[in-house]
Amino acid sequence: MSKKLIELVKKQLPDAVLDSHSRLGNDTIITSTEHAHDVLVLLFSDEKANMNMLRDLTAVDYMNRVPRFEVVYVLYSLEHRHQIIVRAVAHEDDLKIPTASDIWPVAGWLEREVWDMYGVVFEGHSDLRRVLLYEEFEGHPLRKDYAIQASQPRIELRARERDSVEEYLEFHKGEESAGSRERS
Amino acid sequence: MPEWIITIVKILVIVFGFVMGVASLLTLVGDRKQSAKIQNRIGPNRATLFGLDIQFFKNLGISHFIADGIKMVLKENTIPNGANKFLHGLAPSLVFLPGLFGWAVIPFMDTYCTGDITVLANYQEVCSGEEKRYFQIMHMEVGLLYAFAITAISVYGAAIAGWASNNKYSLIGGLRSSAQMISYEVAIGLSLAGVILVYGTLDLNEMVRMQGHQMWGIVPMWGVFVQPVAFFMFFLAGMAETKRAPFDVPEGESEIVAGYITEYSSMKFGVMQLGEYAATVFIGSLVAIMFFGGWQVPFLYGDGFHFGTPTGTPDVAVPYALIVLLRIGSMVIKTLFFVWLQFMMRWTLPRFRYDQIMTLGWKILLPLGLANLVITALLSAIF
Amino acid sequence: MAQDIFETIDQDIHSEPMLLQMGPSHPATHGTVRFTLLLDGETVVKCDTEVGYLHRGFEKECENKTWTQAFPYTDRLNYVSPLLNNFGYALAVEKLLELEVPDRCNWIRTLMGEMSRLSDHLTCVGAGGLELGAMSAFLYALEGRELVWDLIEMVTGARMTVSYGRVGGVKDDLPDGFEAKWRRVKERLVAVHADTHKLLSRNRIFLDRMEGTGVITQEAALAWGYTGPTLRSTGIAYDVRKDHPYFKYGEVDFDVPVGTKGDNYDRYLCRMAEIEQSIRIIDQCFERIEPGPINTDDPRVMLPEKEKVYNSIEGMISHFKIVFEGIQVPAGEVYSYTEAGCGELGFYIVSNGTGKPWKIHVRSPSFIHMGGIHKLLEGAMLPDIIPTFDTVNMIGGECDR
Repeated sequence: MSKKLIELVKKQLPDAVLDSHSRLGNDTIITSTEHAHDVLVLLFSDEKANMNMLRDLTAVDYMNRVPRFEVVYVLYSLEHRHQIIVRAVAHEDDLKIPTASDIWPVAGWLEREVWDMYGVVFEGHSDLRRVLLYEEFEGHPLRKDYAIQASQPRIELRARERDSVEEYLEFHKGEESAGSRERS
Repeated sequence: MPEWIITIVKILVIVFGFVMGVASLLTLVGDRKQSAKIQNRIGPNRATLFGLDIQFFKNLGISHFIADGIKMVLKENTIPNGANKFLHGLAPSLVFLPGLFGWAVIPFMDTYCTGDITVLANYQEVCSGEEKRYFQIMHMEVGLLYAFAITAISVYGAAIAGWASNNKYSLIGGLRSSAQMISYEVAIGLSLAGVILVYGTLDLNEMVRMQGHQMWGIVPMWGVFVQPVAFFMFFLAGMAETKRAPFDVPEGESEIVAGYITEYSSMKFGVMQLGEYAATVFIGSLVAIMFFGGWQVPFLYGDGFHFGTPTGTPDVAVPYALIVLLRIGSMVIKTLFFVWLQFMMRWTLPRFRYDQIMTLGWKILLPLGLANLVITALLSAIF
Repeated sequence: MAQDIFETIDQDIHSEPMLLQMGPSHPATHGTVRFTLLLDGETVVKCDTEVGYLHRGFEKECENKTWTQAFPYTDRLNYVSPLLNNFGYALAVEKLLELEVPDRCNWIRTLMGEMSRLSDHLTCVGAGGLELGAMSAFLYALEGRELVWDLIEMVTGARMTVSYGRVGGVKDDLPDGFEAKWRRVKERLVAVHADTHKLLSRNRIFLDRMEGTGVITQEAALAWGYTGPTLRSTGIAYDVRKDHPYFKYGEVDFDVPVGTKGDNYDRYLCRMAEIEQSIRIIDQCFERIEPGPINTDDPRVMLPEKEKVYNSIEGMISHFKIVFEGIQVPAGEVYSYTEAGCGELGFYIVSNGTGKPWKIHVRSPSFIHMGGIHKLLEGAMLPDIIPTFDTVNMIGGECDR
């Protein structure tokens, strides 16, 4: 609506903003994968922006455009009631972007879905594995070159992994855990 | 007639007739019809019996009941992979049999008198003929202790069932059930201690006889009037012992699937369910005996109604056969009332959390029981 | 000090944590979710959530259909309140088209959306009672839900998968006798609500199970993306209907119930209060709705009338193009958000100018709540998982899409 947010980001990080617009009332900033994290940190910590809610995190595959992918962050501030959409363009051969889970923990979960569906690698993510599909799935289905009728190879029955405590703890090593007593 | 024939007849009538009859009918009446009434629906009312299409019989749902029983017997008897076969098969019997053995000491009527009865001023009934025990299977001077000890054996059943099923959910259920039952036996014991202090005897029949005494000429000396706290505690702890809702965490359906019953199917499952219902009836009858007068009808004695202190001749004379029938009816009705009450509680109340059950048993009921015991001792020493 | 005691005890007892799979088919996880729990006695030390058992490929499917053909897919997102999904999606596409719908359509959308919300909340409250063992409360709430579904069936023709919304309007007008039936249903609904309240809300056992369990703080709720009754139970009064009104929510009068402690009991009370507020909104809608057109008359979007289709070539061509090629939505992106039963339901839609969507992304509240639910469960006991999971109200269809 108001362009204050876009002005704010342009003033503080002028080379991060590749493009911006406010079509249909949605303030949008288009940036690149190198600067995306800085823009997000700025929007989160600045008092005039104060984007304390990450509303959505997704990716779009523009098939025939040269920066093929885009990672989209929709941010919202409860206090100021404004929203901004940050779109980070990413090239197909360099599909990496720093994770936003250090700013909003929910981004960790949403980024797992983007990895699952599009194959975008989030650097610094503690646990980047598939969330909606099974582990042995091949490919990233929401990419436009994944056929809608594609079939998957049969997988063998998994051994009962992660049914022993040692393997489970090994798998989740390094994560914080709550509970009555800390176990290493 | 020789003693042993009488005993066999008593066992057949009481255990197989009354207990098993009520326990199995509870699957129809308690679980289906009563729950349906509370939940604003009707329950089974469609199946006909042998082609008899009479709406009254259809409404009773009896064909559904028979069909359920036959289905349960005919199902496949599965034993999970890796389970201990002997223990898996032993556990249902350990759950079920204590519920039946306890009935050996429950009196449905006083000793049958073949002659005349005179009622003395201290409420004692003197029989001029022979006294025969036709309505209590076994006479034990420590009947209450026996009943209490037998219910304790069913702890083994639940624990073994949980262990022998090779299933983590069953294990959790078995652990919860053994801890819960052991905790609530303490509460039962303490409530019974108060009752024993007041009545001065462990014999169940004597206890019921003593409840015929009238306090101040008006109120019969029922347990609920002289030991209200003990009644409350015993009822609650009895429901926890038999793992009825709201204490049914060992079989807490939504958390641990079916707890220790998960891996049981067909008749083993049926036996465990019946055992639970038989225990429910047992607790109901114990409550009726100890706190509500058992087979006593208020003001009714061996030869008729006496209002106030008995004077030798009854105020309203009643033939002996009718007295026997009234007394048996009174016991049955009281037992059934408490069974009905337990089922009502099952269908209305949510389930406790496990640590809340433990808190209730140890931190609330145990001090309450001790306080009750102390106060009862003081009062009986004074009066 | 306590740490040393525990370590000593552990050395003697050799206890180790138990790994329990609270698997996809479990009576209490209504909706299929798998929790891998590391249990220490009865306390949950670690919890790993696994979702995706109901993933049907909503987004990929919609990319191959026209804009209107996506409506049946949106029904199956949050299948207990399908109308809210329909209208949320319709609102998003209308934003891209910059289309205004007539007043009556907005009133109908508000009204039917609130009925769907009633069905959602009644299911949640009833299931909560059932899983805690109070089976009668479940049946009372379900009786209420049946009545609401009868009403919805009267209007849309189906109980659960309704496909009632359309881009630029709704499928059909409200039938005659609808308001009279609502009056009868409302009495019974208020009685059912009061019955459930009496049975559960001050029941000592229910309070013991729900109060103090599944607590989440305001900061944690915001950081982990919670919205809807879960966020409102922590004290933050964020309701999309009040903060950014859409349809006719700006013109009706209703309150937003807010809790204080962020535990299960507050979430349950929020939902019960929201049932009352929904009934209030529906009443006001009935008072203020006026007869009029229910669909926009924009020829880009609306199918022409049957007489024109059969009798004029322009009508037939227009009908053909709209049905076969889809509504031509101008290129662009939009994020539109509404308040569904579980939280904020958002649609991020990308269009490339043709009749088929380029991308429809559903910001589903249930999916995001599952990301943070391990925060609610770790440190709690095993039986606490049940009421917590129930009051967070994860709907499988919405979570996995």
